Amino acid sequence: MVNLTLNGLEITVEKGTTLLEAAKFYGIEIPTLCYDEALSPYGACRLCLVEVSKPGGRSKLVSSCTYPAMEGLVVRTHSERVMKARRLLIELYLATCPSSKTIQDLASKYHVTKVRFTQKHEDCILCGLCVRMCEEQMQAKAIGFVNRGAERRISTPFDAKSDECRLCGGCIYICPACRLRCQGPNEESPVCNACLNLSPPCLDQYDDAMCYMDPCVACELKIQK
Amino acid sequence: MSLSGIKIKDQEDLNRLQNVLKKRRNDEECSVAICGGTGCHSSGSEKVREAFQRYLERNDPEGKIKLRLTGCQGLCERGPLVVIFPQEIFYQKVSVDDVEEIIEKTVLNGEILERLLFTDPISGEKYTYSREIPFLQKQKRLLLGNNRLIEPTSIMDYISLGGYGALAGALTKMTGEEIIQEISYALLRGRGGAGFPTGQKWKECYEAVSDEKYIICNADEGDPGAFMDRSLLEGNPHLVLEGLIIGGYAVGAGEGIVYVRAEYPIAVQNINNAIKQAEKLGLLGENILGSGFNFHVRVVTGAGAFVCGETSALVEAVYGRVGEPRQKPPHLAEQGYMNKPTVVNNVESLANVTVIIRDGAERYRQVGTEKSKGTKIFSLVGKVNNTGLVEVPLGMSLREIIFEIGGGVQGGKEFKAVQTGGPSGGCIPESLLDMPTDFDELASAGSMMGSGGMIVMDEDTCMVDIARYFLNFLKEESCGRCFSCREGISRMLEIVEDISRGRSSLEQLELLMELADVVQDSTMCGLGQTSANPVLSTIRYFKDEYLAHILEKRCPAGVCHDLISFSIDKDLCTGCGACAKKCPSKAIEGVIKQAHMINLQKCTKCGICFEICKFGAVQKS
Ligand SMILES: Cc1cc2nc3c(=O)[nH]c(=O)nc-3n(C[C@H](O)[C@H](O)[C@H](O)COP(=O)(O)O)c2cc1C
Ligand code: FES
Repeated sequence: MVNLTLNGLEITVEKGTTLLEAAKFYGIEIPTLCYDEALSPYGACRLCLVEVSKPGGRSKLVSSCTYPAMEGLVVRTHSERVMKARRLLIELYLATCPSSKTIQDLASKYHVTKVRFTQKHEDCILCGLCVRMCEEQMQAKAIGFVNRGAERRISTPFDAKSDECRLCGGCIYICPACRLRCQGPNEESPVCNACLNLSPPCLDQYDDAMCYMDPCVACELKIQK
Repeated sequence: MSLSGIKIKDQEDLNRLQNVLKKRRNDEECSVAICGGTGCHSSGSEKVREAFQRYLERNDPEGKIKLRLTGCQGLCERGPLVVIFPQEIFYQKVSVDDVEEIIEKTVLNGEILERLLFTDPISGEKYTYSREIPFLQKQKRLLLGNNRLIEPTSIMDYISLGGYGALAGALTKMTGEEIIQEISYALLRGRGGAGFPTGQKWKECYEAVSDEKYIICNADEGDPGAFMDRSLLEGNPHLVLEGLIIGGYAVGAGEGIVYVRAEYPIAVQNINNAIKQAEKLGLLGENILGSGFNFHVRVVTGAGAFVCGETSALVEAVYGRVGEPRQKPPHLAEQGYMNKPTVVNNVESLANVTVIIRDGAERYRQVGTEKSKGTKIFSLVGKVNNTGLVEVPLGMSLREIIFEIGGGVQGGKEFKAVQTGGPSGGCIPESLLDMPTDFDELASAGSMMGSGGMIVMDEDTCMVDIARYFLNFLKEESCGRCFSCREGISRMLEIVEDISRGRSSLEQLELLMELADVVQDSTMCGLGQTSANPVLSTIRYFKDEYLAHILEKRCPAGVCHDLISFSIDKDLCTGCGACAKKCPSKAIEGVIKQAHMINLQKCTKCGICFEICKFGAVQKS
């Protein structure tokens, strides 16, 4: 067993547990785009960032889906530094792939209400869920990544129709970018915010997330006033 | 004593061989060292060597004059270089026609050939002996120094200078733990980029419990313009190999792997050859020097991208897979190559290991700063008079490196900035030049040591353009896995491009800084984490240039295409027509002997007319 501190809470988890799993178990929600329980963690979407430090050491941001719980680690899942990075990343996601309902929902949840970057309309965020789904669950390996950097994309070998593919549709099922936004993909504004949740946790006062109620009663009251 | 087919079975054998070879070397009356480094090779040193050989075969049948084709000796742009020992007479830009005279006059009669001497570009002074040349004299060539004394293809040359003595000492007198202690005490920090303490890295691997461990030498050297690792592997491969074997022994590895980029064929050839020679002599293989330690080394070549140099990506590349970094932990010391504990060390770090064990940490510690000891090899390039590899004690100021060793800025221009640390390093302004060059100082100035790239920039450089250039490189080289790195770099580049086109705003500049912070903070591997340096350091030190682009739509250095235009001053133009002839887009119109004009609609702003006009009539604004 491993002992660590999670948002000020002293917790004990089994060795080999990731920080994301630990947080989930304790009811703390961390947003993810490239994670699925049934697949190996990939650490690419960077939304699950948390701030970790060892006693006496400097803190850093790591992806909680890949980071193992370690003895004595101090973990903060919603610190100011985390939220700043997470919000900007969500803004970048919106600027890249606004047609995805999953991304629009994240924006509302994390109060991202504007996009300051040049608007693009990509179909894919390269989270790699489909690639892992195909390989790990369907044992097919019909698709994979090609090229690197900004040229990176997902395709079949040589871009040809794959013999490995059994048309199971697992890749479509798991894709977060394919879930079209409620008002359809061609809505004028890139930001929907239709179900904006007005409950910023008490970050102004506390650097750790203090309130896990959703929606947060105190915040709702404050806003009504 | 015949040296063919001998095996070195223990330290005594090695000592005996060293003594025989040392004596042979001392008996050499004179020798000629021709630089065969990359620079000299491309300026024709191979032809010069052939000419020497041909001449000596005819005129020196007893072989009194020893000829050596060495690795890089520095001062690459003056090649081919030839040094005549024992006096150390230094000749530069030697051609085939000079060969006969060099032997007849200099080697045999000690006469100096004035025309081949090195002339200092600034003082105009001529130097006869290599030890007098400021470029070399100010350096501390702890690692590169022997390059000019040995033939990289000859293990005997290396042994004649005491080579493999460090290994023998380590294997027979020290335990792995003691070696690690010695390296830690020497305060050796990794020379490959991150500057991680080598002793600590080795300790983690040493303590990992496993039946098999690996040590990998990182010779990927993907930074454009960097060639320190290359010149070590090409010029003195045994120095690196010896360090690798010592490292393997210290951490308990049974196999070493040298990962070299395939673009370095001579390095690949020389290290392969060095391994074969060491195996033949019994310095590699089973029961090395009777110590019971078994160690094998193999070479893996890869045509990997820049990011393959990152340790976890390197391990993938060694398997022959696509080099993509992975999230750590687990660290390589727990789970590396073949899922076994693995150490990855840079070429230069391993060369330092040999020196530390050879001379002792106490002596090694006399060079360097309080926190970082030893020397660092920099690849000094850009707008500086003397370019090439310079090896200096850690802590020497940037000013000394650039102005005293490098001879200052070319063409008497004003110094503007020096970019250190490779593509994801930062730019350091004039005001910080007295800063001692070490890992922590460079990092606190918003740059980094990296692997030792050093690009000098003069007044004609636009810092926005520089940021754009490096971001573009990093965008191509990112593996693309992390969203924050892939999209973050693209978006930083997008904003910087807008700025360089005069199409930006202060809000966008704010956003750029915010984004840079987040990319730095949220990315998985070193590439993304450092990719913001070119942006943040140029904004930090050259904000006024950014503001000029944004607010005044002006590029102060006159570089950014969209913000400059060319025109011809009617009064200065003599109507010679030279510009019109050279203009690739036929944008210059006019009648001979009358003032010409630039048709701005056709002008692509290539700047050729500006360069070509002898009368200063073409003006840039
Ligand atoms: C993008 C990237 C590229 C790198 N390229 C190299 C390289 O070409 N050569 C190298 O030795 N280290 C390179 N490194 C640094 C290595 O990750 C690692 O720190 C080093 O090889 C460790 O050896 P050292 O401790 O002896 O320096 C690179 C790091 C990153 C993040
Ligand atoms: S869920 Fe961890 S990086 Fe995507």
